[in-house]
Amino acid sequence: MNDAARYQRQILLPGIGIKGQQLLQDAKVLVIGAGGLGCPALQYLVAAGVGTIGIVDGDTVDITNLHRQILYGNADLHHQKALVAKEKLLQLNPGCTINAYPYFIDPSNAFDLASRYDIVLDGSDNFGTRYMINDICVLLRKPLVYGSIYRFEGQVAVFNYLLPDGTYSAQYRDLFPEPPAENTIPNCAEAGVLGVLPGIIGSMQANEVIKLIIKTGKPLINQLLTYNALTNESYNLAFDYTLTGKKGVPSNRAAFEDTLYDIACSNNRPLNIVSVDAAVFDTMINNENIQIIDVRETGELPLVNQFNHVQIPLSIWNEHLVNREQDILLFCQSGVRSKKAANAIASHIVNKTIFNLEGGINAWLAYKSNHI
Amino acid sequence: MEITIVAFGQLAEITGKQSWKLQGIPDITALKQILETNFPAIKNINYQVAIDKKITKENAVLADQSTVALLPPFSGG
Repeated sequence: MNDAARYQRQILLPGIGIKGQQLLQDAKVLVIGAGGLGCPALQYLVAAGVGTIGIVDGDTVDITNLHRQILYGNADLHHQKALVAKEKLLQLNPGCTINAYPYFIDPSNAFDLASRYDIVLDGSDNFGTRYMINDICVLLRKPLVYGSIYRFEGQVAVFNYLLPDGTYSAQYRDLFPEPPAENTIPNCAEAGVLGVLPGIIGSMQANEVIKLIIKTGKPLINQLLTYNALTNESYNLAFDYTLTGKKGVPSNRAAFEDTLYDIACSNNRPLNIVSVDAAVFDTMINNENIQIIDVRETGELPLVNQFNHVQIPLSIWNEHLVNREQDILLFCQSGVRSKKAANAIASHIVNKTIFNLEGGINAWLAYKSNHI
Repeated sequence: MEITIVAFGQLAEITGKQSWKLQGIPDITALKQILETNFPAIKNINYQVAIDKKITKENAVLADQSTVALLPPFSGG
């Protein structure tokens, strides 16, 4: 130990000591995503003296990141997050070995990246990456410290931890077996996020990583912690290993590399659009809190007079023509143009949902003719 | 018979409340039906259910004073 003074305050703690500090020094942690969760997690892991840290992030620093991604400042705009993070973290603690991987993790590189580390921390921001990280950790038998956020709420858990009986604890697919359908759950880019929340959740993830390394305390094994920043309430839910979860994970490296994870850049994907089928649409047409809009051109048939709505043709469509204070329900003939219309305005609609009638008015008319 | 519902994330937003009480709900299937009738947007959410802080994948009978948590996945980071 060449830097005892640096770690003196934590070496004093029961359960850590010189031995615990050495365990931290020997540990290798891969942090995926150097964003809202990754920044605070990285800072605390580096400060605590974790010996080797990998940072995977292919993104560059954007002005909208700065309110929560606290490793970065104005001077870092448009620079690679992984490289900037490495530089800042080495200033914080030059004793750490920091490996920057300035590209996105994907099925072709995940195996190599994760196999070099003992513990993986998920600080990603989209479901495709989260499922991919989970699956690679199950395949490589690495513990995964998961964290995710939505507006003022966060979730933290430890997945796939080797238990004393030789089995592994529950994983992400035991909790949520499959990714949700596209566009049903908004992320930070669409839903908004308070900067402090990922700070809290990312710090909790770092805390779990440290507990796993020094084998102290009760990590969130087979448990999901949820935290609400508005109420300060936390809620722990227990969950178990399931056969369904196990079956969801590709069976080997080749199958993993062939799996299509939806890891498209989340910032480009409006997620406040929800597709509804004719049956659901039918339950919504008399709801005064939803504005219903026909995006077909004027004069198109069939004319719709069975429920109140307005017509704003796609040819003149823009976000200023809709009431942005209300949820919006769009329809056209077959569902194609209304989806286009939804995508066109989604980034301008804050805190409201844009519903799109799948199959268009044709589908609803067919539904009505079968349900009189 | 009374149960307490606790909703998280989008489910709290759709229902407009984080916690409320319901009477006379025999099991999880009945609860989901009532929720989806009252709040159709819930049908689009892939949520998990926990009874008394334990995630359950099956339809389970609800006992008096149970607390049922409705948990959507979060993706943000």
